[in-house]
Amino acid sequence: MARAVPNSRKAINTAVAGTLGFIIFFPILWILILSFKTEGDAIKAPLQVLFSTGWTTESFGAVQERSDYFKHFTNSVVLALGSTILGLLVAVPAAWAMAFVPAKHTKNVLMWMLSTKMLPPVGVLVPIYLIFRDVGLLDTRTGLVIVLMLMNLPIIVWMLYTYFREIPGEILEAARMDGASLREEVIYVLTPMAIPGIASTVLLNIILAWNEAFWTLNLTASNAAPLTAFIASYSSPEGLFYAKLSAASVMAIAPILIMGWFSQKQLVRGLTFGAVK
Amino acid sequence: MNLKSALLGATALSIASAGAATAAELTIATVNNSDMIIMQKLSPVWEEATGHTLNWVVLEENTLRQRVTTDIATNGGSFDIITIGAYEAPIWGARDWLVALDDLTEINPDYDLEDIYEPVRNGLSADGTLFAVPFYAESSFTFYRTDLFEAAGIEAPTEQITYTQFEEMVAQLHDPDNGVFGTCQRGKAGWGENMAFVGPLVNAFGGRWFDMDWQPQIDSEEWRTAINYYVDLVQNYGPPGASSNGHNENRALFADGRCATWVDATSAAGYIFNPNESSVADRTDFFQAPYQETKNGTGWFWAWALGVPASSTNADAAKDFLAWATSKEYIELVGEREGWVAAPPGTRKSTYANEAYLSAAPFAETVENSILAADPANPTRDPVPYTGIQFVAIPEFQGIGNYVGQQIAAALAGQQTVDQALENSQRFAVREMTKAGYIQ
Amino acid sequence: MATKASRSAARLMISPAVVLLLGWMLIPLCMTVYFSFLRFNLLNPGDNPFVGWENYRWFVTDPSFSAAMINTLVLVGGVLLITTIGGIMFALLLDQPMWGQGLIRIMVIAPFFVMPTVGALVWKNMFMNPVNGIFGHIAQSLGAAPIDFFSSIPLLSIVLIVSWQWLPFATLILLTAFQSLDQEQLEAAEMDGASWFNRFWYIMLPHLARAITVVILIQTIFLLSIFAEILVTTNGGPGVATTNLTYLIYVSSLLQYDVGMGSAGGVIAIILANIVAIFLMRMIGKNLDA
Repeated sequence: MARAVPNSRKAINTAVAGTLGFIIFFPILWILILSFKTEGDAIKAPLQVLFSTGWTTESFGAVQERSDYFKHFTNSVVLALGSTILGLLVAVPAAWAMAFVPAKHTKNVLMWMLSTKMLPPVGVLVPIYLIFRDVGLLDTRTGLVIVLMLMNLPIIVWMLYTYFREIPGEILEAARMDGASLREEVIYVLTPMAIPGIASTVLLNIILAWNEAFWTLNLTASNAAPLTAFIASYSSPEGLFYAKLSAASVMAIAPILIMGWFSQKQLVRGLTFGAVK
Repeated sequence: MNLKSALLGATALSIASAGAATAAELTIATVNNSDMIIMQKLSPVWEEATGHTLNWVVLEENTLRQRVTTDIATNGGSFDIITIGAYEAPIWGARDWLVALDDLTEINPDYDLEDIYEPVRNGLSADGTLFAVPFYAESSFTFYRTDLFEAAGIEAPTEQITYTQFEEMVAQLHDPDNGVFGTCQRGKAGWGENMAFVGPLVNAFGGRWFDMDWQPQIDSEEWRTAINYYVDLVQNYGPPGASSNGHNENRALFADGRCATWVDATSAAGYIFNPNESSVADRTDFFQAPYQETKNGTGWFWAWALGVPASSTNADAAKDFLAWATSKEYIELVGEREGWVAAPPGTRKSTYANEAYLSAAPFAETVENSILAADPANPTRDPVPYTGIQFVAIPEFQGIGNYVGQQIAAALAGQQTVDQALENSQRFAVREMTKAGYIQ
Repeated sequence: MATKASRSAARLMISPAVVLLLGWMLIPLCMTVYFSFLRFNLLNPGDNPFVGWENYRWFVTDPSFSAAMINTLVLVGGVLLITTIGGIMFALLLDQPMWGQGLIRIMVIAPFFVMPTVGALVWKNMFMNPVNGIFGHIAQSLGAAPIDFFSSIPLLSIVLIVSWQWLPFATLILLTAFQSLDQEQLEAAEMDGASWFNRFWYIMLPHLARAITVVILIQTIFLLSIFAEILVTTNGGPGVATTNLTYLIYVSSLLQYDVGMGSAGGVIAIILANIVAIFLMRMIGKNLDA
């Protein structure tokens, strides 16, 4: 039974947590503010920035004039969704099999998969670049979808595995007794129960794919370049550039931030990787 | 539309009809500096005239260099036009990675190769063949604030001064309480960043990268004196955080009125003297970069140029763009649309014969003289087996230059002593030169 | 008990993932191992002769190598420490009754969605820049000398930036774990006179063990290959103060274009990663099997 908590304590909690939360969130809030300021105002002291009256969208215009936002945005969406869908096609069967038909080496296979994520991408760029050149995948969305899928596959498999494992095996047994085939078992019994887990896996994968900045920058030139390449042209100052950098940053992170906020409950549930029993 | 742009359009059209008739889609990789961004802004003029389209890949300098080098060395073919510097052009040209550009006059009859300064052309050629065409070229000189000099009662030098005299001046001008630092110099590590200032400084103090047997000389007395001077100067009279300031950061500081002096690229003058960009446009003047033991190699030479990778499948259309973007007509177009002060400097005699440019750019003559005076073939007091003033024109230099740059930045940041930095640098250079087979 | 048929079906279902990952790992790995025995510099095209262990010798004797190893450890360890401890404290706090918990949670989770490049650029320019950054402005208004983050405390600055990115992740996982804690057990302990500290130490912390393990595992995987944050802030400097193993390999293979030596570094990093993986596996195995 929960005890009644005095309002005073609730207020203190709110104040402390609110302050800390605000501090963590502040950098994002700050670039949002700066992106609507002129370059001259953007480098002023914080209070002066807040009280400077000029609000303008000129930085967004300047950024759009220099780099085609919508092309990069479309590429980011295609890459994030493409690699996620492809990843699910490969990972769902694998995770299902690992969770419900565990073999002696299941755990080792899983850990081996995770360990492939520890390879530093910079070490294998040249080999991958040469392969991509030879098969004509440089600067193509297809090539990047494949790479991003492979990058995140271990995480997806593991997340799904931990999620599937919590589905009680008895339900499957019962379905099997009723004469359900493997296919029916998957479609009618397992899938509905697995949807929440799959949903949060999808969300995490989209976030990781959206923010991946090494392969997306090095294997693209222009046709397949996503928002990570878009931001790369603002990474060193060009005169006064805080407002433009802020505007470009806001444009690059806003879609994923908004998606993340709307789905945070869903995402958090799956993020626990079976850590909570 | 006035007469000039009409003429320009006509020229572009004639270029188009001379070139391939089919429209091509070109991918161009370039650096995110202001001149290149102007080029990007104006490029629709060329696109409309020729029917070709351009896909822009605009990257920060280090990323650009890494991206372009990976692609060209693996024959990746991702780019049709690349932006490279005076360091890469001759090396890559000699490797047959770039398309020869001696025939640009055939594409654009008004191109006038002879109009481009000879040292600039030479700097972008290998074995007498031109492999990249200059977009802009620069040397280095000292920017200073006339108002601050006056207030401190310092007479601006008319002759080249020594670094010792320079430091005395800087000490008088340093006024951090009022937000003005005596001098802003590059501290951010990188062969194209802090080493661009440090290289000529070492030259001035009589140092050199290698002796005639390619033995690294970084632990020599000349280097020690020069680097100690540099670290003291910037630590005592520079802005806080100097070890992460590169060209762009310093330019922003100077334009914001935070620096009394700044030894850097002449090409920054177009920005500093542009009242739209800079708050000190009417209070800035310049004198030569200082010397010390010798006057050889005290001002650097650099050019940003456009080239066509041999792996491009659209070489003809790409050359067509080059013939436009580095032409006299283009420079006029910039002058007209963006103001003459922003016109790409240092490449063409005709720019410096143009009254409109000369009156808009008070620095024009000094820039021209500095570029013509920079002699990459004779950069040091003692003889050396290499060419290049602030760099050494061998492929191994990038690695060595970056490492030494990091070490010096660490000394500047106070993370280690100058002696340690130079000792590490020497060891690394010996290692690299041994690995590459220059020394046994 | 699984049948034979379902076993082979299971194998069939796992195989695409295994084959793909094997390919993704083995093909570049084989090429990397092969390259690591060649003299192969992208800028000096030629016949790339076989040179035996020379590249490994050069990489290991690189004056930056030992520094890079230490920096990697400090970076991973520092971020793990900050995010785990910070995450526990934050989760404890957020688990208390309060108003507007949803909004606070939204603020706390936000950095997790931000591109690492963007996060690092924002911290570098808008906050840590000693002249125009917010910390600089604050120091000036207090009359203190602004801290020059990237030259006086470079590695710590990067640890802070990376911790900012990963704190939300740790907090959320740990918060979820707290919320599943048996309240009655806690109340019983309180009635028995257990101090808050004892309740935390003997009841809450053991309950969190699994969650902490997961936080450490997942973060280690990502932290070992931290790259973008270093590239946009310090370029590994000043000196080698912020060069980690990943960055050192980048310097060899993509700044010096010495693919041979970079590959040797890659192989070494892969071996080290696998040692860490085995270590983590043991830890995870113990904590997650239960």
